[in-house]
Amino acid sequence: MTTTATHQPMTAQEVTRYIVDKKPLFILDVRNEGDYNDWRIEGETVESINVPYFELLDGVDSVKDRIPAERKVLVVCAKEGSSVFVAEQLAETGRANVFYLEGGMKAWSEYLEPVKIADLQGGGELYQFVRIGKGCLSYMVLSDGEAATIDAVRMTDAFEQFAAEKGALIKHAIDTHLHADHISGGRRLAMNTGATYWLPTKDAGEVQFEYEPLQDGNEIMVGSTPIQIRALYSPGHTIGSTSFVVDDRYLLSGDILFVESIGRPDLAGLAEDWVGDLRDTLYGRYKELSEELIVLPSHFGRMTELGAGGQVSARLGDLYMHNPGLNIHDEERFRRTVTENLPQHPNAYQQIRQTNMGKIAPTADEQREMEIGPNRCAVHDK
Amino acid sequence: MNTDLVVDTKGLACPMPIVKAKKALDSLQSGQVMEVLSTDKGSVNDFQAWVKQTKHELVKHEEEQGVYKFYVRKA
Repeated sequence: MTTTATHQPMTAQEVTRYIVDKKPLFILDVRNEGDYNDWRIEGETVESINVPYFELLDGVDSVKDRIPAERKVLVVCAKEGSSVFVAEQLAETGRANVFYLEGGMKAWSEYLEPVKIADLQGGGELYQFVRIGKGCLSYMVLSDGEAATIDAVRMTDAFEQFAAEKGALIKHAIDTHLHADHISGGRRLAMNTGATYWLPTKDAGEVQFEYEPLQDGNEIMVGSTPIQIRALYSPGHTIGSTSFVVDDRYLLSGDILFVESIGRPDLAGLAEDWVGDLRDTLYGRYKELSEELIVLPSHFGRMTELGAGGQVSARLGDLYMHNPGLNIHDEERFRRTVTENLPQHPNAYQQIRQTNMGKIAPTADEQREMEIGPNRCAVHDK
Repeated sequence: MNTDLVVDTKGLACPMPIVKAKKALDSLQSGQVMEVLSTDKGSVNDFQAWVKQTKHELVKHEEEQGVYKFYVRKA
């Protein structure tokens, strides 16, 4: 009996399961070498090789022996077309288990995995949305048919659908700061749902639209059994950067503190001015908080930061022991660490800031293009 | 620039611009120049990388109102 081997699509959601569940996956990435070196699918159980599709136009003989025989192979390219072209040829050699990434790296960059963080008082819930391809983390607080989002990304449908499934109306869309690595979905969510859009006053000097000014000590309530979201001014990544304490147990730290690193102060061009603020926030304001708070940042830099079910979180006290950015006792060394030898800037970060200020209005395709690549918001991302 | 062959791949997505360009190039003599038109933004990096790993020469490339033009001289 013979079976005809075929190639099949694999969605970004399915790829995410392989990474989160730590199941082995072999990837043949057929983009050009520069794009592969800049940004690719990674994971503890992911092995990948890079052979550009234009080296496989006359056949896949040169590559087929480099793929382990019994393993599933996922062919990946930028938008899908070239991966289908290569996957088809691989399947024609008789190989089984050939997949291509549906929608390519574009879809990978946009996929959000909702992960439940906790039940809150009075039946409330807290969810983290892991944008696994880009390392962005957004949040939703739900209580009694109401919801608030924090640092919602551009793919607003995902938040609206999720809230609808939970029978909740989005009442507040909050940004911890003016983002430079990705386009905020906060303003669009507010327009679509009638929610209030909150932005820290000190980051909003140049914005071209109406917003609710967010200041230290503001308390935002969600639901009739209220879940409190308390604003804590914590400058340093930007001058307005604000953190939130949710339900007295969770510290949403924005781009100030990450699990394995700390925020960089240079994306608005003012590293030297803001380094003192960053130091005061991390070694002063945060230090006064309870060590039992669970830190929930707005980014991760490495797949090793993904914990159970894909969530990214850590106890504040543990970060004070293990996070290298919280253990630089000499102020001058701290200044040098956060201003010198920083990773390259996120792709198109100036245009992204202008988009988030409402100064330019790129098309959906242009927005996708601007966001290609990793987030690079932390000091230690290489 | 004098070109010996124009390959129009406007509206086609990856991998077709390079698939068609390669076929066309096979029909040319050494030293002849092919002009490829593409509207696929991703083709810019791919064309440069492709020509680099072949022995041909990317004489120049330019963009005009959303159309990318690549001039390739056959080795």
